[in-house]
Amino acid sequence: MTETDLHTEAVEIHDQFSDRLDVTVDEVSERLDTLVNEYKVPLSEARRSVTNTYLDEAGIDRDDVTGSDEHVSITDIDTPEQWVDVTAKVVELRNPDSDAIAQAGTLGDETGTIEFVSWSKSELPRVEEDAVYRLGNVVTDEYEGQFSVKLNSTTTIEQVDRELEVSNDDAEITGALVDIQSGSGLIKRCPEEDCTRVLQNGRCAEHGEGDGEFDLRIKGVIDDGTTVQDVIFDREMTESLTGISLEKAQEMAMDALDTSVVAEEMNERLLGQYYHVTGPNFNRYVLADEVTEPEQPDHEAMLIKARSI
Amino acid sequence: MSNSATREVARRVFAREFNDATYTFKESDDELAPRYALLPTGKRANRVFFVGTLTETEDVGQDSEYWQGRIVDPDGGTFFTYAGQYQPDAASMLRELEAPEYVAVVGKPRTFEADDGDVNVSVRPESITVVDESTRNYWVVETAEQTLERVEQFENGGEYAQLAREEYDLPVENYRRVAVEALESLDTEQAESTAP
Repeated sequence: MTETDLHTEAVEIHDQFSDRLDVTVDEVSERLDTLVNEYKVPLSEARRSVTNTYLDEAGIDRDDVTGSDEHVSITDIDTPEQWVDVTAKVVELRNPDSDAIAQAGTLGDETGTIEFVSWSKSELPRVEEDAVYRLGNVVTDEYEGQFSVKLNSTTTIEQVDRELEVSNDDAEITGALVDIQSGSGLIKRCPEEDCTRVLQNGRCAEHGEGDGEFDLRIKGVIDDGTTVQDVIFDREMTESLTGISLEKAQEMAMDALDTSVVAEEMNERLLGQYYHVTGPNFNRYVLADEVTEPEQPDHEAMLIKARSI
Repeated sequence: MSNSATREVARRVFAREFNDATYTFKESDDELAPRYALLPTGKRANRVFFVGTLTETEDVGQDSEYWQGRIVDPDGGTFFTYAGQYQPDAASMLRELEAPEYVAVVGKPRTFEADDGDVNVSVRPESITVVDESTRNYWVVETAEQTLERVEQFENGGEYAQLAREEYDLPVENYRRVAVEALESLDTEQAESTAP
């Protein structure tokens, strides 16, 4: 362990707290030195320990500070509990659903978008929609595969005077609908509040036997000859693609005494058709927000190419 | 584009190339392992998607219904599809449809060896649906594009291109010509339909 290494670490830690604590680089360096050289603690652990000491002194929630902040692109955020800096535009602000939250919304940069939360107790300056900020020391978080960043009391917010082209990270696919999977067509959902599970044989996996509420959806597979993509079409999308409304679907099922006639009719109308689908990714699915007929490809250009090979 | 990891992609291939894909193989000894047809342009195909003109249907079954459908693509190649009791939806489509009709088919390649030793390639349909001419035309251009890509990449080798060289004596130039003919047929059709 060289003096230089210790000094570099000390400066970094000092920078993190200099605006909140009256502490000098030398003091930080001394603490690190004691741990590393006297107690033979590894530098990473020493850094952790010293950082936490100052966090306590500053009255900052310790959470899981691991130090090492770096500037990242939003799309590169793939690990929870990292301390990072991002430069991003506030794409959208939402009304927070709790008093503990001062602000919540979506941040975006050239690479993608991510949700953010600013805690009330951090007492940070408020950000404004459409403005670009450099946010120092935000913590990444993950819930069900979706990443977010939390602003906290160590976060620095600095408005940046530049335009930022936010990437729309919706998936965009064009291909043939080659399969409509089971669980499509006229389905029943659990009527319990906040439960939208699809009933299997009249049972909800969580709430047991129930009447259920009718809904329409399609779980389809779009295939472009190179890759396949699972797509979910919600009721509205299913109705507009098939021309079968929920009421009509219920009538069809009633007449046939069988709900599967609805899926069969949908198979006939949609399978083998080409679609252009855009929408957000959710787990292995794309949730279809917009579905259009793809433009006819230019066969003349293709012919010129075919002849030239 | 991410995908459901296990589903096999549906290759786009014109009938004349598909019918030349007489060599099939598995990647493992597992009984349930998927079987692939080796396309002469050097890709493996466990599933195909095609759109063409249904020109004839016939029940060729002896004891039970077994429907044959002939589906022709614009360069004149014919896909043979067979559906019986284990493909009830496809079988009932073939029973009910009146040729000619544009149809889209998703299905699996199957081969069988005839008495004379010739290997015939056919399709076991997963679905058959009626579509319109613009869907057919879209498929032709898409299939031409993907065929040309395979032809272009054939020279660069790759596992299945190598295998195709070993198993077949079929110049990939044939399939470039098939693509050209298919595209030319769109030209003629559109010229005819816009003629005064």
